[in-house]
Order: sequence, then structure tokens, then C-alpha cells
Amino acid sequence: MSLVQVTDLSVEFGDLRAVDGLSFRLQQGAALALVGESGSGKSTVASALLGLHRGTGARVGGSIEVAGTDVQEASDDELRRLRGAKAAMVFQDPLSSLDPYYAIGDQIAEVYRVHTRASRRAARARAVDVLDRVGIPDAQRRSRSRPHEFSGGMRQRALIAMALACEPDLLIADEPTTALDVTVQAQILDLLHTLREETGMGLLLVTHDVGVAAESVDEVLVMRHGRVVEHGRVGAVLGAPKEPYTRDLLAAVPRVDASRAPSEASEEVVLEAVGLRREFGRGKRAFAAVDDVSLTVHRGETLGIVGESGSGKTTLGRMLVGLLEPTVGEVRHDGHARVGVNPAVQMVFQDPVSSLNPRRSVGESIADPLRARGERDEGRIRGRVRELLERVGLEAAHYDRYPHEFSGGQRQRVGIARALAADPRVIVCDEPVSALDVTTQAQVVALLGELQRELGLALVFVAHDLAVVRQVSDRVAVMQRGRIVEQGPADEVYDNPQDPYTKQLLAAVPALDPEVAARRRTARRELTAA
Amino acid sequence: MSEALVATEAAGTGVEPVPGPSGARQFWRRLRTQRAALVAAAVVALLVLVALAAPLLTAIEGQDPTTYHPSLVDSARGGVPIGSFGGISGDHWLGVEPQTGRDLFARLVYGARVSLGVALAATTVQVLLGVVVGVAAALGNRWVDQLLSRITDIIVALPLMIMALALLAIVPGNFPRPVLVSLIIGFVAWGTIGKIARAATLTLKELDYVAAARLSGWGTWRIARRDLLPGLAAPVITYAALMVPANISIEAALSFLGVGVKPPTPSWGQMLSAANVWYQAAPQYLLLPAGALFVTVLALTVLGDGVRTALDPRAASRLRVGTGRKSENKAGKEGTA
Amino acid sequence: MSGFAGFALRRAVGAVLTLLALSVIVYVVFYATPGNVAQITCGPRCSPEQVHQVAQQLKLDDPLYLRYWHFLEGIVVGQDYSTGTSVAHCSAPCLGLSYQSDQQVMQIILTKLPVSLSLVFGAMVLWLLLGVGTGVLSAWRRGRFSERALTGVTLAGISTPVFVIGLVLMIVICGQLELLPFPEYVAFSDDPEQWAWGLLLPWVTLALGEAAYFARLTRASMLETLAEDHIRTFRAYGVSERSIIGRHALRGALAPIIALNANDFGSAVGGAVLIESLFGLPGIGQELVHAVNVVDLPVVVGMVLVIGFFVVLANAVADVLYAVADRRVVLT
Repeated sequence: MSLVQVTDLSVEFGDLRAVDGLSFRLQQGAALALVGESGSGKSTVASALLGLHRGTGARVGGSIEVAGTDVQEASDDELRRLRGAKAAMVFQDPLSSLDPYYAIGDQIAEVYRVHTRASRRAARARAVDVLDRVGIPDAQRRSRSRPHEFSGGMRQRALIAMALACEPDLLIADEPTTALDVTVQAQILDLLHTLREETGMGLLLVTHDVGVAAESVDEVLVMRHGRVVEHGRVGAVLGAPKEPYTRDLLAAVPRVDASRAPSEASEEVVLEAVGLRREFGRGKRAFAAVDDVSLTVHRGETLGIVGESGSGKTTLGRMLVGLLEPTVGEVRHDGHARVGVNPAVQMVFQDPVSSLNPRRSVGESIADPLRARGERDEGRIRGRVRELLERVGLEAAHYDRYPHEFSGGQRQRVGIARALAADPRVIVCDEPVSALDVTTQAQVVALLGELQRELGLALVFVAHDLAVVRQVSDRVAVMQRGRIVEQGPADEVYDNPQDPYTKQLLAAVPALDPEVAARRRTARRELTAA
Repeated sequence: MSEALVATEAAGTGVEPVPGPSGARQFWRRLRTQRAALVAAAVVALLVLVALAAPLLTAIEGQDPTTYHPSLVDSARGGVPIGSFGGISGDHWLGVEPQTGRDLFARLVYGARVSLGVALAATTVQVLLGVVVGVAAALGNRWVDQLLSRITDIIVALPLMIMALALLAIVPGNFPRPVLVSLIIGFVAWGTIGKIARAATLTLKELDYVAAARLSGWGTWRIARRDLLPGLAAPVITYAALMVPANISIEAALSFLGVGVKPPTPSWGQMLSAANVWYQAAPQYLLLPAGALFVTVLALTVLGDGVRTALDPRAASRLRVGTGRKSENKAGKEGTA
Repeated sequence: MSGFAGFALRRAVGAVLTLLALSVIVYVVFYATPGNVAQITCGPRCSPEQVHQVAQQLKLDDPLYLRYWHFLEGIVVGQDYSTGTSVAHCSAPCLGLSYQSDQQVMQIILTKLPVSLSLVFGAMVLWLLLGVGTGVLSAWRRGRFSERALTGVTLAGISTPVFVIGLVLMIVICGQLELLPFPEYVAFSDDPEQWAWGLLLPWVTLALGEAAYFARLTRASMLETLAEDHIRTFRAYGVSERSIIGRHALRGALAPIIALNANDFGSAVGGAVLIESLFGLPGIGQELVHAVNVVDLPVVVGMVLVIGFFVVLANAVADVLYAVADRRVVLT
């Protein structure tokens, strides 16, 4: 008997068909990944397995059988007995997925008692057990902490501990590492792998990241618009995809091991940071987000700045464009120290939603730098904006449309057009593609490259994704806790890292080839064992 | 009833990042879908019309709110109106006041003028003061912010009823009372709207499109006017819509205590306090202003709820969860970060 | 826990400063108004001699800050007053003398305070139980008929001014049905049973409107919590709806309820003024209305400050409780 048997599943929210005729089966102890971009319906499938759509107004059709329970026909009580006991779920954002008001041990104990009728004391002991099992140091004491007292990775471990509490047959992990830094992601994926080896439970992994899937499962199911695109052994699907969509998807995934054709950088320094330091807070709570950072940006080149969350990369980017003043040090344009913003240094922002004023047409937003410069001739303004819109791959007629009419990738293009309107020499891109799907990501990255070649722009590309940074950068600076730990030509840094932190980062990047992934995992395990 | 209560209820109202193209059009579209709010809006419109047309309506009736009709009350029985149902007749549509014989219909419609006029004027003062102080605090430097925020805190701590009562004691009697009551409510109870405006401005200020406007080369004033103030409209209007009924209650309460609007100007609260002892002999004298107050405050509150729902769809969908009318669209939220 | 103690201490200092600022504002507003302060202070029925006497007593020739300083001094260390023939000592905290009765303002307030405190705190117990209970019930029964009915009732509750509720209740219950005697105040120390019976109607009156607000707030913030991700976690782990509502959603709604209760205190005091006037209870509110009507300024100022003291105290206590209830808040 198979662990999960889904036949002709469909889920509709109002008029929207999120999942459409999906069938798959998962054997006891096997691991399957649902891979797809946003809107593919993959998370909806995960929720449907536990009957979580019940009572929300969504219409679920087809049949779902999980660990011997017919989810569609089960009574509410039967469904509750399935949830957590036979099939447990781990969610994307570990902070919001735990109750902020109760100790983590108590929350695990509560779930355990729902299914076992154990005494309070026994349940509490079980909670400490599983916390210890997922690698929480000093589990007895830490079980009394609340979620906000844990780091992101620890929280995800705690959530996994909750899932383990009742020894389920199936673990459903919905984007379990998306909110985490890459080094923590590697630890969590390794943990999942180890637990699966030890307990023999089945795994259903939902992810947008092909690399994460390659690291963790035996089988892959690629989804698009609620339908199956391709389904098979992970090595086969990722190694020799049959469907065009799978091929496009894989082609769009940036590779951390592929070097880039160098751009035509000159020796002329357009932007320079000297000894930048920026402190936040006052008195005892003061800390330096950026500390003693110096760098140069040459005309026509791309400088990548890579770091995990809290490394200070965004603060550095904001200082470079003059939105933030450094506490110590200075920013120089063409050799002259500058204070405040300057049209010659522009920025492309991370969040395509908040970077455009929702109440103004995109044309007006793009025209901002022109008008601010003193241009009064409406005809010339409109003409230039239309030209820019076309240049970034939109239509001139989009002038009078509003931001909400555009997709995330299109809004990023509008943001790029607005930056170009100021005729900048440097554009600082702060995580410009991290909110986008991988295929859109590739398009935006390509656009930036074209513009750079055409206009001789210097780009500073700030991102957390090592592969994307390698894809676009001539030179790379690696940041950790406000400092640059390593800086140099991209190929040198990636192929021959000197700093231990850079090595650690690169080792944590998921590989697309399952065999390579397995080798790396062994290497990481030996590293931690040693 | 209390500005603080309304404030805490409205406090969940955040700044909405994506309201779409023209906030106004979308607002009407969302408001139109709420039947209760529409009915309430119609009632409010009717009340406003009655208040505006008070002189006309009383002229049609052929009465005015201040003329005494001693012949219509039975002085032997302590001034009870002569005739059935409190003296209702073709001349006096809703009967007359005990003791004085003044026309109740006229007093009721003129009372609507006072009630709505004071509430709207007070709300306007509150909104203006609150927005100016709140925005200044959010945009000013650390010291300006500290100073204005502390002042706002103190204002919030002032109990409105008590302050209004006390202040009404010291202002000379010849100052026009309705104006005075509006000003006092306005100046004592702007604190919460100030806090809301400050919080909303701080949120807006951090949005990337404001940073982008700075990078374009615009100055603070232009950014404040074009990128910040329009974003403030939603939270401020939401709160103001709930303030109006609260202010109506406050005015009625002050007049009920005899310190608000003074005779001979008619006001509902005043009528209620006079009617207190007449409930057996002339029940409609009590029921009319009580009913008018109830309907007015109820309609404005329902309308305020509707406005909030229309302006803050996030709250709306939250309140709609699981009612089976419309499910939350989970597919929209799914996928990657 | 030292961070928490520090927070509580800072909050206490803040409360004292707020009170000080409040006293300045109140003093300046009431004693620096244009017009003959002595005349206003003494009241419209004073003879010219009395007005002159008041002017001397108030030391109106002194600059305002000096007079304020004396006022403050009176509160901290007490003050001596000459009432024409004899000198009376007004011990700290001294808020001055009433010009209507020559009684010490503090004395007047102290005799009236038990009535108002009985009224407000008794009603508070009622409105918290009633309001939170209704809110939890309507969050639990969401989408069903019983929730719609509760929503309608609470809407009617907040739409009826407190004195209208009081009037109607008094007329129906005491006048028509004669279920209860007309409210009157009997001191708790004299007869606790009579105390409770006499205050029952005023408590209910004050509590009904407030309870409606609390029901709305509780429902709204529970629904907000119910929409959060962690609720989904517990649903996905088979925890029953009853536990989710009673344990997780209610816990999330607790902090806003505490915050509202503090904010609400000021308005409840305002409601108490109305109720005291309506039912003829001899509390601070009734005294304040009286003092306002006869323009007895020292009493008005004293009452405003004492009420302000309670409101500021309530806010400070609530802030500390809020920090305890919501450990996520950053203590500053």
C-alpha cells in the first residue's frame, strides 16, 4: 500500500482553478518534491493532503488518501487524528508558524498530548527528547524559550521537532528553507535527510528551488498552472528533462560554478567608498551594521556584494546612493566626496510592490527624475519616458497604466527605467531579483547586462544568492557582520576562496546534480564530525 | 462615546501598500458591495438633508422651535400637553413639549442641526490638528518628534468628558455654545488621530518609492505632498469616520448634563434631560430624541464600519474569514518569497 | 528581568512627568484665562467685597508661575489659608479651598471618591466579563446565525449613549416593572449587600456600552489572530477548534484588550459622571457637574487633576501589564 495516493485532484478558489487534475503516488519511506514557480499550485496540494482546505470555501475534487485515511471522506475527528500523528507538516516561515506567546516545549507537548493522551509531564519530556533529536543544544533549558528567542534556523529545527513528536509516517515540508540563509538551509536539509534515514518516514517537499529538490528527494514532480509538467526520478528529470518547460526552468537557474564573460570595464573609478561605518541605535544598544568598508566601482563593470541576512549589505547599498549617511567614512563620486543623493547614482529596489507609488501612473514615476531636473516640455518628457519604457522591454503605451496592472518582473523593469531616466553612471541594485520567479529573474538579469554594455553603466549588485551574483559580477565582495571578508575578481573568489566564511557559503549552495549533492553532504558531515 | 475606544479599534488599520489606481473609485466600488453600509449612508444622507432643510421643514409645518404655546399645556396638571399622544395634531406633527408647549418637531429637526454640525466641526478640528502634529512629528528630527509625541501622549491621557465639562465652566456665557463645544472636543481629543497620522507617516516614509523619489532629486516638501499625504488618507478617513458618531454622543452627553448647548438652542441631549421626569405623562418627549440619537449614532457607526472595510480590505478579508461568503484566496499567497 | 524592572521604572517616571505637565496645562488654562479671574473663581453671585477677598487670597498680583509654584507646594507640603477671621491648615496633598463652601477641595474629593470608585471598578468587572465573553463567543460561532445576532446586539450597544441606556433602564426596571428600587449609594462598610443592590443598575448601565466595545474588539483581534500562520500550524497538527480558540486565539487577543481597558478608563470615568448625575449618586462626577455649574474653580481644577491622576495611573499600569502580556514588545 502506498503512503500517499492522489488521484485527479483539483482545487478551486472561487473562479480560480489552482490545482487541475493532479495525480501522484508516494511509497512508504520515499521522498518526492513538488517543484514549481509561484502560482503553480504546489502549496495548495500540500495543504490538501491534510484536508486543510476544509471549511475555507475552496472546492476540492478527486481523491486523496494519506496513510490509510481517505482525506476527502474522513470525518473531522478522523482528519484530526491524521494531522500531526500520521502526517505532519513543516511550514515556510518558522517564526510566524509558532505561537509567539508559549514556550516551544509547551507547544510541542500540546501537540503530542492531542494524539497520545500522555500526561503533561510525559509530553514535556517527549518535547525535550525531540528537540534534542533535531540538534537543539541544551534542549531541556531551551524548551522553555519562546520562538522569538530562537534564531531562524533553530526555529525551523523546533518546527521539525514538533513534526517528529508523534513519529509520523509522512513529513510534508512546504518551502522549509526559503526564509533561511544558505548556510542554515544546508543544515536543515541535512537534518531532514538524516531523520529520514533514521526513521524511514516519507517526505513530500514543496519548493520553488530546483537545487533544494536535488539535494533532498528521489523523485521530482514539476508543476505549472496547477498541472503536472513532468514527473520522474530526480536524476532523470534534472539531468535530461523531456518537457520544454522543465528545460526552460533549468536553463534559467543560475549556476554557482559557471563563470561569466567579462564586461568591458575601464580603469576609471566612478564610485568609491572609503572606510564606511554606519551605526544604528544609541547608547548600550548601538551596533555597527557596516564597519570599515572600502570599495571601488569602475566604469562599465559590475561589482557583486554578497552576504547573508544581517551582513549589512543593504545598509551599504543605501549609503552608496546617499539615502543613508555614513557615521564614519565617505562616499566619493569621480573622486569627489559627496553627501546626500545624486542623480548620477541611482538604485533599483528589492520589493517590486513598494518601489512604485501605487497612486501614480508608471509613466509619471519614470518621469520623476526628468521633472526634478527642471525639464518642463511635456512632449519631450513623454517622448523620453516612452523611449525608456521600450528600452526596458515594456510598451510605450504603458505610460498611463498603474503599478498594480503589472507583474512583479514588469514592475522591476519600470524601476529600472526610472533609474535610467536620471542618466546615471552607477546603478545600485538591492536584491533586484530575489522577489521574482527564476525565469523572470533570468530575464531581468539579462536586461541589466544589456543596458550595462550599451550605456557603459557601472552596476553594484547586492544579493544573498551566490549563484545570481556570480552570474552578473566581474568582481565580488563577500560581507559578513558588517565587514567585507573577501574581495576580488569573481572567478577567483568563487573558484578559489580564501576566507573560511566564503568557503562555508559556497559549500552550502545546493547542487543541481543529485550525485554532487550527495557528495557534498558527506563532505559537510565529515566537516562537522571532525 | 469615547475617542479612545474608537482609536484602539481603528488602530489595526495600517497603511495599505497597494490600493490601486484611483483610491476613490475603488473605495466606492468596495463600499457599494456592503448592503448595511449603503442603508446607513442613505439614513445619514437623510439626516443631513433634514438638518440642512430645518428652516424649510418647520416653515412647512408652520412652527418654530422657540415659541411658547402655554395654551397647549394643562397647567393644572403640571404642564402636561393637552390632547392625545402628547398633543399631536395637524399643527404640531410630533406634539408639544410639556410645560412650555414648544413644538417638538421643530425642536427635533433643529436639534439635528446642532448634533451633526457640532460633530462634523469637532471631527474636522481633530483631523486637522492630529494630521499636522502627527506628520510634523514623523518628518521632524529626533527632538521635534520627542516633543510632539510627548504632547500627544498627554493629550491622549486627558479624559475628554471631564476636560470638556471643566473648560465649559470658564468660558464666558456669551460665546456661541455650539462653536465652543466643537472647539473643545476638537482641541482635547485630537491625540489619537495624531498618533495614527504619525505611525502611518513613519511607515510610508520607509517605503521604497519614497526613497526613489528622493533619488530622483525631489525635495522633502514635494515628497510629503505627493507621496506621503495621499497615503495618509486611508487610515485618517477610517478613523475620522468612526469619530463622528463618538462626537455626537459627547455633544449629547454634555448637553444632557446642562453644560453643552444651552437653551433656547434646541439639542437632543438637552431634550432628554428635560424629558427625564415626563416619561409617564408624555413618553414621546423622551422617546423622540432618544430614538433620533440612537438612529443617528447607529447609522454613522455602521457607515464608519463600511468605510473601514472599503479602505482596508485586509481587515475586511480578515473579518470575512470562514463566513462562507467568499473564501480567502490562498492561491494568491502561495509560492515563493 | 532587570530590563523589565527598568522598563517599569521608566514608565513610572514618565507617568509622574505626564501628571506634572497635566497640572501645568490645567493650571494655566484655568487661571490664565482672560477676564476677571477673581470674579470667575468666586462665581457670578459674589459681592465686590468677596471678589476682592478672593483676589487677595489667590495672590493675583503675583506672576502666574509663582502662583503655580504655590499651588504645587500645597500639593506636596500643604498650605495655610486665612479665611478672614481664622487661619486654617490644609495638609498635603492640598488642592486649595472651595469658594462655595470654604471646604478643602481634597476633603470634598475624598468623601466622594468611594462612590465613584465603587461605580467604575464594579462596572469594569462586569464589562470585562460580558464584553470578552461575548467577543470570544462570536469569534467561535463566526459565520453562524448566533454570531450575526451578537454582532447586531453589540452594534446597538455602542450606538446607544450611556445616559440613554440609563434612562431607559431606570424607567423600565425601577419605574414600570419595579424590579429594583431606584439606585442609591450605601457605603460598603455600612452594608455590603445594600451597597451592591444600590449600585446594580448603575453598574449595568455603565457596563453595557463598554461591554459592546470590548466585544467588538475581542472579536476583531481574535479573528486577526485566527488568520495568523501559527493557528494554521495547530490546525495542521490536529489541535481541536476549542483549544485553538480558547488557548491560542484568546492569548493573542489579550494584549489589545489590556491596552483598550486602559484607554477606556478615561472614557468610563466620563460615563460615570453621566451616570452619577442621572441616578443621583453622590460621587466625584456629580460634584464636578455641580462645581462647573456654579463655577467653583478650585474644585474643578482639583477634580480634573485627581481624575487625571487615576487615568494616568491606569495607563501606566496597563503599559506594564501589556509588556507582560506581550513579551514581543520592545521595552523602551
